[in-house]
Amino acid sequence: MTALSLPRTPGRTGRTAELALLVLAVVLAALGYTAVQISVTGSPSGGTFSYALGLGVLYGAAHLAVRRFAPYADPVILPCVGLLNGLGLVMIRRLDLASAESARQQGKVIPRADAPLQMVWTVIGVVAFIALLAVVRDHTRLTRYAYTCAAAGLLLLMLPAVPGVGATINGARLWIRVGPMTVQPSEVAKVLLMVFFAAFLVAKRDVLSLASRRVVGLDLPRARDLGPVLAAWAFSILVLVRENDLGSSLLFFGIFVGMLYIATERTSWLLIGLAMFLGSSFAAYHVFAHVQARVDTWLNPFAYSSGNGYQLVQGFFGMGTGGIFGTGLGEGSPGTVPYAKTDFIVAAIGEELGLVGVMAVLMLFLIVVARGLRAAVGCRDSFGKLLAGGLAFSLALQVFVIVGGVTGLIPLTGVTLPFLSYGGSSVVTNYVLVALLLRVSDAGRRPAPAPVSPAAARAQLADAPTTVVRR
Amino acid sequence: MNRPLRRVAAACVVLFGLLLLQVNWIQVVKAKDYRNDPRNRRVLLRTYDRERGPIVVGSGKSRLAVAKSTVTTDALKYLRVYPGGAVYAPVTGFASFVYGYTGIERQENSVLSGDDERLLVRRLSDYITGRQVKGGTVELTLQDKAQQAAWAGLKGKRGAVVALDPRTGAVLAEATSPSYDPATVSSHNGQTIRQAYQALLAAAGQPMTNRGVQNTYPPGSTFKVITAAAALAHGYTPSTRIPSPTVLNLPGTTANLGNFGGEHCGDGQTDTLLNALEISCNTAFGALGMKLGQDVVRQQAEAFGFGDSSLDLPQPVATSVFPDGLTQAQTAQSAIGQFDVRVTPLQMAMVAAGIGNHGDVMAPYLVKDVLAPDLSQLGKTDPKLYKHAVSASVASQLRTMMEAVVLHGTGTAAQISGVSVAGKTGTAQHGPGAAPHAWFIGFAPAVNPIVAVAVLVEDGGSLGSDATGGKVAAPIAKAVMEAVLHP
Repeated sequence: MTALSLPRTPGRTGRTAELALLVLAVVLAALGYTAVQISVTGSPSGGTFSYALGLGVLYGAAHLAVRRFAPYADPVILPCVGLLNGLGLVMIRRLDLASAESARQQGKVIPRADAPLQMVWTVIGVVAFIALLAVVRDHTRLTRYAYTCAAAGLLLLMLPAVPGVGATINGARLWIRVGPMTVQPSEVAKVLLMVFFAAFLVAKRDVLSLASRRVVGLDLPRARDLGPVLAAWAFSILVLVRENDLGSSLLFFGIFVGMLYIATERTSWLLIGLAMFLGSSFAAYHVFAHVQARVDTWLNPFAYSSGNGYQLVQGFFGMGTGGIFGTGLGEGSPGTVPYAKTDFIVAAIGEELGLVGVMAVLMLFLIVVARGLRAAVGCRDSFGKLLAGGLAFSLALQVFVIVGGVTGLIPLTGVTLPFLSYGGSSVVTNYVLVALLLRVSDAGRRPAPAPVSPAAARAQLADAPTTVVRR
Repeated sequence: MNRPLRRVAAACVVLFGLLLLQVNWIQVVKAKDYRNDPRNRRVLLRTYDRERGPIVVGSGKSRLAVAKSTVTTDALKYLRVYPGGAVYAPVTGFASFVYGYTGIERQENSVLSGDDERLLVRRLSDYITGRQVKGGTVELTLQDKAQQAAWAGLKGKRGAVVALDPRTGAVLAEATSPSYDPATVSSHNGQTIRQAYQALLAAAGQPMTNRGVQNTYPPGSTFKVITAAAALAHGYTPSTRIPSPTVLNLPGTTANLGNFGGEHCGDGQTDTLLNALEISCNTAFGALGMKLGQDVVRQQAEAFGFGDSSLDLPQPVATSVFPDGLTQAQTAQSAIGQFDVRVTPLQMAMVAAGIGNHGDVMAPYLVKDVLAPDLSQLGKTDPKLYKHAVSASVASQLRTMMEAVVLHGTGTAAQISGVSVAGKTGTAQHGPGAAPHAWFIGFAPAVNPIVAVAVLVEDGGSLGSDATGGKVAAPIAKAVMEAVLHP
């Protein structure tokens, strides 16, 4: 008890370590960018310097914001994210060069380069990151806006289905048009809904976890408490049906069940969630032709290598050709895989940076997830715990869904690989997600204010949980 | 809430562990399969990224690339082109990314692609110095003039010409007709390749078949040279008189063996071995075959290479056969190159070459030399004795007899002014009602020849069933021999 409540040594915030790691991240990303330039165009020029400078300025600004607004936040998360984002920009630049080259060979119009646009989105993401840290000084205040978040999240999710606003791309209606660009609102909705879930579940956790009936060794919740999970399930199905977005619906449902479990500590929720997932998957397989096609393709991609499985098989070929050490940046043919910049960016990394590169990327994600969960454990309030836990878990689940899909571990469903994939809404949302994690982490690692008045001490005592005293 | 958080952390570790296992499965365990899968476009890009070495004929000023790579501006950096076209197609084969490689493109692929281990050191230094890896050069033994003469002679006919240097076994000409342009199936466009290939498969006369080595035919009267060789080796001389009835009764059958046009040979009872060969007397050689016995004739045929299934140029060669377990009647037919005797034109060229080369058949070969990209020699082919077919004295007697065939026998169309030519014609029946195949084998000069040739024209060419080898095949052989004699 005493060890836990001791204030931590002030001054050991880890900010210097963070700065050093960020410098390392920028240097690594700049080296990667230079390698691409030299290998593809034969000269290191072509924006290498401005790329390195841009990343340096951005991450410097993010670092200063953390110093100013969340000085006790975890020092490892931001550099990991920075490296992932930098690597993503390098790969997108590399794929830009590949599509320009193939367009040149085929005598077609050279398509718009995506890397500069992604850089713009990264700037917006970092600005959002800084703004969130500056505005939300205390994450518990977010609980006040729980229902606002829920309403906004639902609205965003529904937007693509609205005629005139939504756009169907590659058979999935999960985009909206904003001027010349398309935005995927489900990414933003994901974070907003997680804030709502956390606040809602913290408010209802007693009811959800205590009232129960015991059936064959399993604590089953009361029928009326099934409401929220049923709602989430129904909602996921709705997204699936309306917008043809398997990945997001899987992600939403997984995140919700995970957060429900963290909030209630009850395994039965997991089992119920799993049962519902399996049941609806089975039904979806039989009802929706496109779900069936996905599963069939997953089971035997080479049988569909020129049709539905083309993308998957091309991804395998790319990764297989890369082998353990990869072909080297700029030396492979990642452009032969469709959607290499978005869903399949991990196949491009696997081809050019090899197994080693993919494992490094996965490790960076695992570090961010582990640090996020650690922030959750270290946080003192339930809302912060649940929010950080949910955010970290959502990150892990999203990486699993897309990397597992691309490598053929699970059926392929299109979601972005956070920070690496091309896509504005994804980058911005994930920076906001990381800012929330850092906010919670800062709260947990901040030295507890020393009790100054007896009244305050009494108040603290009142907050303390009751303990059973042994006779 | 910490306990479930830790469990979630453990679950995340499990999820990432599964991903790591799967990535290892793809990038390590299955990597080799995926890297070399023909559907993997990278295989193609890699293949066409290197300059595939040329296939050349001749040397010095007359050096000529019959297959080479040119730089393109499309995604596949190099395009295979065939300046040799249909003339050299049976030798070069094609290099197609849809249908694979054939001919020398296939047999010498490792050198041409640059993957050969003899190029390893150079490839390593290329890799270190960042130079583009290139393929080596394959030098063929073919002589362009002879090859062109053979192709011109076969124009409009179905058939094959094989010419050898009797002294070394070097193949000087290997033409087939009809032929095809390998470029049509070696382009960068999979769809046009498929269309062209299917059209070639459906085309009359199987243009992608190399008749000189891949097909076997009844040799007809050209086989009499082998029967004569067997006789000479067993105590006969060119002047030995052998039975030559106008009609030979085939024992155990109601069938008879007659001569071309119903003519009789010699005095109608007997004839000299020399004259029997000169006028290509069927009855005399049928009777001679029965007298010698099938085993003696077969052994002589095998001494020239019949029954050898391991011959390659490096192109694989179909096996020429003299059948087993013959009745007397079948032996008589086989002794004049009918019944089930089957030969490749190459085999008959080897028979002529062996007789010309004092009885020694040299191993035939197509690749003279293999050169590294810097033109240093990697693998010069040294001539090798293939088989000792007949003694020098038998060879000399056969030569004299074959000279007579060209001087005043059935092969006068092969005469070359100023040069004595030895040869033998053949007209091979191959089915009731079908026009016979026309043959000519020969060598020149008759003494110490520098060229031996076999010409086959399927179904007697344009002259139909009245053809004899002398009318259709001998002029082609003459042209090819002249091309070698007067380069």
